[in-house]
Amino acid sequence: MATVVHEPPKMDVDRLPSQGSGNGGWRNLVPASGGLRKVQDASPPPASTGIWVALASITMTFAAFTSALVVRQGGAPDWQHMTLPPILYLNTVVIIGSSFTLEIARRRIAAFMGGLHEHADKPLRWLYITLSLGLLFVAGQILAWRELVSQGLRFATNISYSFFYVLTIAHALHVSGGLGGLVRVISKFNNRTLKRSTLDATSRYWHFMGVLWVYLLVLLWMKL
Amino acid sequence: MHDMSAHAVHHGAPTSFIRKHIFSLDHKVIGKQYYALALVAVVVGMVLSWLMRLHLGFANFAIPGLHLLSKNGAPGDIMTPEYYLQLMTMHGTIMVFFVLTTAPFAAFGNFFLPIQTGAEDMPFPHFNMMSFWVTFTGFLFLVASFFVSDGPTLGGWTQYAPLSAVGAVSGPGQGTGVVLWAFSIAFFCVGQLFGSLNFITTTLDMRCKGMSLMRLPLSAWAWFITSIMGLTAFAVLMPAVILLILDHVAGTSFFVSSNLVINDQVLPHSGGSTLLWQHLFWFFGHPEVYIAIIPGMGIVSHILITNMRRPMLSHRVLIYSMGALAVLSYMVYGHHMFVSGMNPVSSLAFSFPTLVITIPSTIIVLIWLGSLYGSKLRINTASLFGLGFISMFISGGVSGFFLAQPSIDILLHATYFVVGHFHLVMAVAAIFGIFGGTYFWFPKMTGRMMNESLGKLHFWLTFVGAYLIFMPFHYLGIAGNVRRYQAFVDDYLIPLIPVHKFITVAALATGAVQLIFIYNLIYSRFWGAPAPDNPWQGTSLEWSTATPPPHNNFGDKMPVVYHDPYQYSVEGASSDFIMQTSPEPVHSADEEK
Repeated sequence: MATVVHEPPKMDVDRLPSQGSGNGGWRNLVPASGGLRKVQDASPPPASTGIWVALASITMTFAAFTSALVVRQGGAPDWQHMTLPPILYLNTVVIIGSSFTLEIARRRIAAFMGGLHEHADKPLRWLYITLSLGLLFVAGQILAWRELVSQGLRFATNISYSFFYVLTIAHALHVSGGLGGLVRVISKFNNRTLKRSTLDATSRYWHFMGVLWVYLLVLLWMKL
Repeated sequence: MHDMSAHAVHHGAPTSFIRKHIFSLDHKVIGKQYYALALVAVVVGMVLSWLMRLHLGFANFAIPGLHLLSKNGAPGDIMTPEYYLQLMTMHGTIMVFFVLTTAPFAAFGNFFLPIQTGAEDMPFPHFNMMSFWVTFTGFLFLVASFFVSDGPTLGGWTQYAPLSAVGAVSGPGQGTGVVLWAFSIAFFCVGQLFGSLNFITTTLDMRCKGMSLMRLPLSAWAWFITSIMGLTAFAVLMPAVILLILDHVAGTSFFVSSNLVINDQVLPHSGGSTLLWQHLFWFFGHPEVYIAIIPGMGIVSHILITNMRRPMLSHRVLIYSMGALAVLSYMVYGHHMFVSGMNPVSSLAFSFPTLVITIPSTIIVLIWLGSLYGSKLRINTASLFGLGFISMFISGGVSGFFLAQPSIDILLHATYFVVGHFHLVMAVAAIFGIFGGTYFWFPKMTGRMMNESLGKLHFWLTFVGAYLIFMPFHYLGIAGNVRRYQAFVDDYLIPLIPVHKFITVAALATGAVQLIFIYNLIYSRFWGAPAPDNPWQGTSLEWSTATPPPHNNFGDKMPVVYHDPYQYSVEGASSDFIMQTSPEPVHSADEEK
């Protein structure tokens, strides 16, 4: 049997987060000549790739909902286009604002991790503001649902309301997942175990939720 | 809080029984859990098929004890027409989701993808653990529907609207049964999404030093391609079943049209689109059949290469063809809807890619056959099942050419011809892939060898049995025998009853043969001969680690990869194979390109 050669494990716990997990990967090709010394060991940490994979999946889900809405709206005469509760526009401002506050926190922590600053400049305050805005958004969505229900406009009142509830509830559940991610980032930051990839993945998810909300708002607002 | 995104290496070996065997984070344990789930599911699914076959072959056959399963469904142990459809639905759902997706993709993929890529584990082990337990919960929901008052749903695994969406008025099991079915599928989707997330990220980010994408074995490629399909297909099925549940419990009208009268009742729904369900379902449903078969293609290629002692004619073309199958599988789904009332132009649009998808399938088959031609194949159970897979895939695939054309499909649609087609090309072929994978990898998974003599006996009896069951289906279909009928009372069907009797006997016998496999599996697990690290003289990474692999797969030394995955019969080498981890130089024109 051919000899099996092993090298020491490459995982380095002291490795800086910005340098990736150091565990081989997709840029890690062995060149045709020159041997292993020229190997570039720079694969991204899994969270950076994983978040895009997760967002692709969420995109597919909402694309399916959208296609259902388009077919259903165009296919039957019973569609009564709904007037959106005004609080949704306020919620839109809140969730877009939360993206800005999260980005401020992310940049401050990233600068600290990258060694640009000796101390992180109160990023926690911005993380808490983001968390509060996120909670405010979900509360605002609940108010919107209550307002509709108080007017007797429920799930089965008309198919347009069915889609409104399905899309907004599905989005709010995803936002709640993002809130869980934010709590996790805050707790890790406090424990000094926060990794750059975790922070970046959470903020990408959060920004995506904002973009998705604007898309859904336009989709529900306009008559196709 | 647990660190979901933490690198796998951060979780140490578990010590308690619960963390080690039940709520384990180790991809190898999760892979075995998936395998066990698939094994339980396939036994349930097979028993259901026996019950159906007995009822079809021998009309009003009293099956002793059947009334215990359902008093209403089988009074006097004789199945009612509705109960036949309920069992059929459960057979299809259990087999497609909890066997054909679970075993070749989730079970083997979980166990071997990280090892073949050279990783210590999946990157998100908590998601991986949840993936299994969510899937398991889905299975419980499905099985629970046997025990609700009017039994499981009877709508078929495709659950066509509107009958699936209007509740109990449309038949037994169409109320609670459908809701349980839909929740089961929703759970399954979540589980597969978590799994796909891990599979994709493992392949992209967790490869060891030197493991370029093209150096991944074909099985790893197959799992990677399948996980991309899983990510996109299950993400569409989940919203579809959510809308179906809402039509049931919230009184919405996504899939139910206006003024529908069922069983003399006017339903309160309005304006829904029944075709919408079919579009959403089949956008998932057709990729799903490739989700079931592509892992088998990868596994069988991997097994055959090891036993041929030479690589396939083209590693790259095989990978590209599997990728082409994945892409095209989303463009062909409308061929399930040729007779749905869809615009005939749409039928043409779906027919064309359906014929085109035969091209990558044919390329794959030709690469297998061309590579096998003239090779000195080592005959063992795994390689026999590999050959069996190819045989089933060709036999079932050829009938696909007929069904791809709308004009012929209109005649053959919903007949036993279709049943024969998909059972051979998708179900039996995938099952052969699972058997092949089991005989091939069992030594690595458990540390013990399986009995080869019993294995070969199992293969030959199953191979012959599968053809005896499913080839006559084509004849029945051409003779006009409609599927989903629970009794054959029409004049033109009565002469076909002897064929059904024959199929029933063949199905019972072939099912009984599987006891040989179960016995071999259990006996070998505990009393089989101890397995060496590399019993088949393979080259890929799973053979360069201990048997069974340690908690972090490679012990304290991570592997470094120097070669393409299949360096067999290399000229001038010290043995007839060079492992991926061997630094021995390969002087070949193909190497390192």
